Amino acid sequence: MTPLDSDWRSRTIQILFVAALVALWDYAGQHGLISPVLLPRLRAVIVKFVQIVQTDTLYINLAVTVFELLVAFAISASAGLALGYLVGRSRYGVLVFEPLLAGMFAVPIIVFLPLFILFFGIGMESKIAFGATYSFFPIVLNTIGGIAQVDPRFVTVARSMGASDRQMFRRVLLPAALPVIVTGLRIGCIVCFLSILGSEMIAGISGLGSRIVTLGEGMNTAEMFAYIAFVIVMAMILNISLTRMQRRFGETGGRA
Amino acid sequence: MSEVAAPLRSAPAFDRLRRHLARNPVAVRIGVAVLGAAIWELLGHTVLDPDFISPPSAILLAAPRVLSDPGVQAALVISFYELVVGFAIAVVAGILIALPIGLHRFSLRSALPLILLLYSIPQVTILPLFVLYFGIGSTSKIAFGTSHGIFPIILNVIAGVQSVEQAHLTAARAMGATRLQMIRRVVLPHMTPSLFTGLRLAMSGTLLGVLLAELYVSTGGIGYYTRLFTESFDPPATLTLVTVLALMAVLLNEVVRRAERRASFWRAEQR
Repeated sequence: MTPLDSDWRSRTIQILFVAALVALWDYAGQHGLISPVLLPRLRAVIVKFVQIVQTDTLYINLAVTVFELLVAFAISASAGLALGYLVGRSRYGVLVFEPLLAGMFAVPIIVFLPLFILFFGIGMESKIAFGATYSFFPIVLNTIGGIAQVDPRFVTVARSMGASDRQMFRRVLLPAALPVIVTGLRIGCIVCFLSILGSEMIAGISGLGSRIVTLGEGMNTAEMFAYIAFVIVMAMILNISLTRMQRRFGETGGRA
Repeated sequence: MSEVAAPLRSAPAFDRLRRHLARNPVAVRIGVAVLGAAIWELLGHTVLDPDFISPPSAILLAAPRVLSDPGVQAALVISFYELVVGFAIAVVAGILIALPIGLHRFSLRSALPLILLLYSIPQVTILPLFVLYFGIGSTSKIAFGTSHGIFPIILNVIAGVQSVEQAHLTAARAMGATRLQMIRRVVLPHMTPSLFTGLRLAMSGTLLGVLLAELYVSTGGIGYYTRLFTESFDPPATLTLVTVLALMAVLLNEVVRRAERRASFWRAEQR
């Protein structure tokens, strides 16, 4: 039995816990225990949420963030996969380049954000560049790791049976490395989303992150909570669909 | 062998160099890094705009000026303080939360989904809330750092407790160990590897949280100064700070790794 298999008792506890939190939130708002600027009433947030999903503002900002995410992820995924493949192919390449890349990833890339804004402006370009840079590392490191962990016997066998480079890649390396590579892509996509949100919040003129900050600075907390809730739901959907996708690839990976 | 055969032509020498390099990927790695820096240096003197980015030599030359600035020194101290406090809270609170959850199957099944639910929230979106609740001073940075660092600790400690072999627990119980003894002598030693994985992830998470919060809104700390230097077109100063920070991150990472090796020396299967 996996630890996540819930029986009805633990389900009940979970539901009770969440219900208690919600009740506490509502109670605190109703009796004025916390200023509504700090914690808006739950009902107000729900009302705002229903309102904002009917406004254009939400969808314009959503479109900006999604566009940035797609472009940045496309860049980091293609660069990461290509470089990861080139490095991961040879054991020597892994020995030389993997520690360099891992070392660069140990540096908190967030400190470069002001430089990205300096280079690319406060528009979408800086977010795309920053998101692509940040997510490049998990993708390239997992691609290297995935290819490097392929059982060398597979490679030897394929080679001795006369596989060409192309066949070696398509029939041996790719299927054997795919689960790890897909993990890297999943992490990369999440990291990309988070870093784009973060850079929008720190210096942005459009996008969901910058919208949240604008609302917060205007002490418009109820609407800010509604936007935060929207982004959280979005992140959860992204997370769940990526995990689904990964499970599919992970399973077919061994067979293909 | 090779000492006997004197290199008359350049080919054997080259061959020897090649063999030497093949045995020393570390040397090649350093070479690649040096080459990268050299290219950067060259570009810095030719095509790159010095208002935006500066070559490595300019950074080295600027380092004394930047690091002797009392404001920068104070900022380094503040950021380090925020990092250490945030990390300490994350570790202590994380372990205290995770142990009772991990030790019982029922509490695990009840609490883990809730923790994973919380963990799946993109924390950067609630950064304005941290500033709203904790102000623009150090407290909000510590709190935000802790919120990033605590989840790796909780999840890895739970995983570590789960990895304890049932046979060891049964044996300990059969030999009359009390509950506390079982935790101290069996569970804790067993979970060191995953605890240290958690510590390393928590360290970089806390640093990320602290820096994010500093960049977002602050009046001191490294995040504030990188922003200030960048906005005043002083790239050597920015890059000096970034370098210091990078060294700090790598150093802390190495400290945790050393500690990990020491704490798990008894593990035969550990390489």
